[in-house]
Amino acid sequence: MQPSRGVWVLGEERNGAIHPVSHELLAWGRGLADRLGEPLTCVILGENVHAQAEELVHHGADCVITAADPLLGTFLPDPYSRILTGLIKAHEPDVVLASATTMGRTLMPILAAELHTGLTADCTGLEIDPEERILLQSRPAIGGNVMATIKTPHHRPQMATVRPKSKRPLPRDPARSGEIIAHVVEAVELKSRIVRVGFEADPTTKASIQDADVVIAGGKGLQNAKKFARIFEIAEALDGTVGASRAAVDQGWASYAHQVGLSGKSVTPKLYMALGISGSANHLAGMASSERIVAINKDPEAGIFKVADFGIVGDLGEIVPILIRRLREIGGEDPGDASNA
Amino acid sequence: MKRIVLLVKLVPATERVKMDPETGTMVRTGLEMVINPLDLYAVEEAVRIRERCGGNVQITALTMGPQGAADAVREAIAMGCTDGVHLCGKVFSGSDTWATAYALTQAVKHLGRFDLILCGDRATDGETGQVGPMVGTMLGLPVLTYVSRIETKECGTKVIAHRAIEGGHEVLESPLPALASVVKEINEPRLPTLHGKVAAREAEITTWGAEEIEAETDLLGLEGSPTRVVKIFYPTLTRSGEMVSTESEPVEACVDRLIAFLRDEQTMKRNE
Repeated sequence: MQPSRGVWVLGEERNGAIHPVSHELLAWGRGLADRLGEPLTCVILGENVHAQAEELVHHGADCVITAADPLLGTFLPDPYSRILTGLIKAHEPDVVLASATTMGRTLMPILAAELHTGLTADCTGLEIDPEERILLQSRPAIGGNVMATIKTPHHRPQMATVRPKSKRPLPRDPARSGEIIAHVVEAVELKSRIVRVGFEADPTTKASIQDADVVIAGGKGLQNAKKFARIFEIAEALDGTVGASRAAVDQGWASYAHQVGLSGKSVTPKLYMALGISGSANHLAGMASSERIVAINKDPEAGIFKVADFGIVGDLGEIVPILIRRLREIGGEDPGDASNA
Repeated sequence: MKRIVLLVKLVPATERVKMDPETGTMVRTGLEMVINPLDLYAVEEAVRIRERCGGNVQITALTMGPQGAADAVREAIAMGCTDGVHLCGKVFSGSDTWATAYALTQAVKHLGRFDLILCGDRATDGETGQVGPMVGTMLGLPVLTYVSRIETKECGTKVIAHRAIEGGHEVLESPLPALASVVKEINEPRLPTLHGKVAAREAEITTWGAEEIEAETDLLGLEGSPTRVVKIFYPTLTRSGEMVSTESEPVEACVDRLIAFLRDEQTMKRNE
């Protein structure tokens, strides 16, 4: 299978391992490639990517192009864009997708500017127009109040970033086979004007909020920093990470890294629990596509209940301590009898 | 550090924006417009850099948009920018992010020498965050995104930038000139002073069209945009969720029903 034409997805390596967003992208790409009858290629840059390339085949790629070098272990715009524009110009894919992570949302505009083509940000839906055989890219617009479908009629490749967690990876199939091509990285390709001099881990975001399967988010309804801090206990019990509304961040109860919504991060976890968040359009835009949403709020008219799968109307001051106690009790039970209680 | 260029945009103040389903564009009439709230952090950072580096740093706010869009530049001047340029004309309308970036790039080239371009992480209306990195790339500059802190080393030819990325902050050193898009946590924007408001009202804002920036007109506006909006539709947000209330049931019972819901959805992880 040749990497030319067809659909490309840009995989992501973090801390020396393939990041799961790469598998989500392969699931998106597989569907599109099948509709077009074209191959699906995953291009991945990083430190150890060549040794792990088979995994990408097992998750749906027909072809994997790797560029491995210790200096590619973290994303830097110059070497990444230089290598990728070279590969894209050489193979001329029809479609290039990346995840809307901080890397994807930085790299893709750089590539689109270099390649003079269109780019659609943060898509939640991708389809192939059956007649024109081109990519239809759908994304929330204007605070998530409407969806817009966008196409790139004449420029190639057609480029889009897709929201992390907007699709499940395909089941791993170890029987799948594909071609693995190592791009030999030349020293000149690694030159970077920007130099990485350090990394400071944020201890309060255990997992990045966009990567988390469970997000426990608090808002103004929690009333003060002390009560807000208790939601960390709920997050711990549910193995989740803490999110916050803009109001809670503005109050200084949580740092900006926790902010969910139009002016913060978009999240699509399996479970989103909103405590004391009224659910402004701004906030809903950042979390309404979560798989399951639980809302607790004292106002039965709060907008958050419109998107909730389960809601409790009541006083958080009463509910939160009981919820924490119950979650801890369950945490102490024998796991064997809990799955179908 | 002699000059900082700011990219700013006028956006609807409210979140209740309507779209014209025929044209797929925003209905702008009757809307209160403000400078993009995330641009304020870029403006504030520019003013702080000037305060650190001495008062001679020129700060030029650049915007593109219809007639009233120069208000974004005025708001930036009210906070301490020195001057502004407004790209205006029918030829720019309907621009997607690529065409917008091309026009802004041409304008920056015509501003002359600068040390740093700052912009907000993204505009709250389009929400793409693409225009900044595209402008940086078209100008051949190093691009720094998600910047949460800027240290100007002796106000010279380098900056240290902290980037807010997944799981923490990355520290980067970049030569100048460069483009940086900044996130909210970088600072707390000041309110305009009375003096600033007067300066903003009296400021002469330069208006440029396609000719002044020597742009190729077929690369501007809708014609120059690689992307097209095919359709606009309203998503169905509403889920028919199960609701309980502590007014009709004891708190304990409500919590137990929540726990049961979490178990059914298998969203509760077990301590293994």
